[in-house]
Amino acid sequence: MGILSARDVEQSFKDALDGALVTTRIYEREVGLNKNHYTSLWLDVKRDGFRTAVLHVCQLQELPHFTVIAPVDRGESVELLYHFALYHGHHLKAIALAIRVTLQKSDLTIPTISDIIPGAIFAERETQEMMGVKVTGIPDDRRLFIPDDFPQGVYPWRRDETGPHDMLRVLPGRQGIQHE
Amino acid sequence: MSDSIQKTTFTMPIGPIHPAIHEPIRLDLSVDGEEIVDVDVAAGQVHRGIEWIGMNRNNPVQSIYLAERVCGICSACHPFTFVQAVEQAAGIDVPPRAEYIRVIIAEMERIHSHLLWAGVAGHEIGFESLFHLVWRVREKVMDLTEYITGNRNSKAMYQIGGVRRDITEDQAPTIRKTLDYYKSVFDELKKLLLDDPTVKMRTRGVGVLSREDALRLCAAGPMLRASGVAADVRQDFAYAAYADLGVRAITPDIFTGAVAGDTYDRIVVRLLEVKQSIELIEKALAAMPDGPILTEPKIAKLLAVLKKADGEAVARTEAPRGECMHYVRMKAGEDVLEAWKIRAPTYANLIAVPTMLIGQQIADVPIAFASIDPCLSCSNRAVIVDRHSGTRTELDSEQLHDLSVEKTRRLNSELTYK
Repeated sequence: MGILSARDVEQSFKDALDGALVTTRIYEREVGLNKNHYTSLWLDVKRDGFRTAVLHVCQLQELPHFTVIAPVDRGESVELLYHFALYHGHHLKAIALAIRVTLQKSDLTIPTISDIIPGAIFAERETQEMMGVKVTGIPDDRRLFIPDDFPQGVYPWRRDETGPHDMLRVLPGRQGIQHE
Repeated sequence: MSDSIQKTTFTMPIGPIHPAIHEPIRLDLSVDGEEIVDVDVAAGQVHRGIEWIGMNRNNPVQSIYLAERVCGICSACHPFTFVQAVEQAAGIDVPPRAEYIRVIIAEMERIHSHLLWAGVAGHEIGFESLFHLVWRVREKVMDLTEYITGNRNSKAMYQIGGVRRDITEDQAPTIRKTLDYYKSVFDELKKLLLDDPTVKMRTRGVGVLSREDALRLCAAGPMLRASGVAADVRQDFAYAAYADLGVRAITPDIFTGAVAGDTYDRIVVRLLEVKQSIELIEKALAAMPDGPILTEPKIAKLLAVLKKADGEAVARTEAPRGECMHYVRMKAGEDVLEAWKIRAPTYANLIAVPTMLIGQQIADVPIAFASIDPCLSCSNRAVIVDRHSGTRTELDSEQLHDLSVEKTRRLNSELTYK
């Protein structure tokens, strides 16, 4: 497969994922005097189709460049955004690809991708300790950034009762941050 | 015998933050005599929760200052990436002149960072005269940074919707003078760093990362390019004025004819990138259009726009150490960011450290680890587990450094006998 445009990449995901693809969005921005385009492609994928989506990224570019997982606490659910730089190494052809999986708080598990992309291991370890999402099949499930004596069951990036709110030092005259 | 090694919790004797070290990290090395057989990276000794503050306390403009303080050395790349992400999420345009000034500041940072690294590499192998010389050369770009921004570091140039300060016509001669100075010393620097037999001996074949491993482990920046992958965010993505200026990724085969993916190749890439940065600044100065430098100079108005913003965006820049990425999500009516995720280049490159170090000697650890230009500058305190005796000893950065210097001296004396 040669280098595709963002629209063709979008279509190839629609073909590959079928019903597992929820929504897609393409963002473009003109940059500089020559009006070159910065492009990002956002895909919402169901958990069932998530690994298929990552395998499809590997079809589009062999050994693709995975950047990081950005987890977001959205109240009832947790979103995991897997960021890729698709077509990196090609002059002005790269697409900022983000694959989003939305997980209900009652079932915070996601399959590992570090068997497909070994460079994802740090991001998966970080997602486990910071967001409290269990990565199933992870080859190394130790903490990465949080020290071992940090309490279990507290996740710094959560905005609910499992967040670190009780651990904050509130300065005199200031109000502590209330969780929802 | 190796089965008898018990992994126990390691307690650091002098605390996780040593006063002399700004970003500590621990490497657990398993060794068989002199040879390293396994490596474990223990990160997170100084996790500060910067993203958390941006999501709970600061408004986006205040968060620029925080982003600037993610790292003391890359104090341009983080705010640069952050403001781009916010601009995309909030739909704010940037005047073309600001795009060029952003590039000039970022390239000045690359010159100083790469030279800083080259000096540190000299220090790691005990080549102190090289260290002092390179750092003296580096001072010129620090002076220039101070001249333009008012500060040697933490430049506070980037603002959402542009830059804070202009580069005026009467500043241009000083910038050109500094660039001319770098062009005049470049060949000498190249000779010292790339032709010197001591540097070659200690860096050739050390810390090798193959092309496939670099891609598999998602390495970034000079690490990736030194392994032969021609990827550079400035080349791949259109951002700021880079697409106008025509940047091409530098791989070591331009200079050496072949890619080895070792520490020497990383020196080649970084040094050639210093030259590339000089040329980019020259081009940017010449092509810089006239016009405003900020879309919305009134902070109160800007904050009102940001409060209404609803959306998400991801931005990348090529920091001196590689791809720097910020993801930002904004919710209408909220002062703070709904989500903020920073991925600094060292985060990616640390994953490759075990692959690079296995099979190396302990004395090669300082230079091999330094070759990734870790943002956690000091690979202090390595724990060494001897495979045969099962004993654990601990080396601090000084002892490791002594081992490295000793090796250089030994190799040098052998060289003289020949």
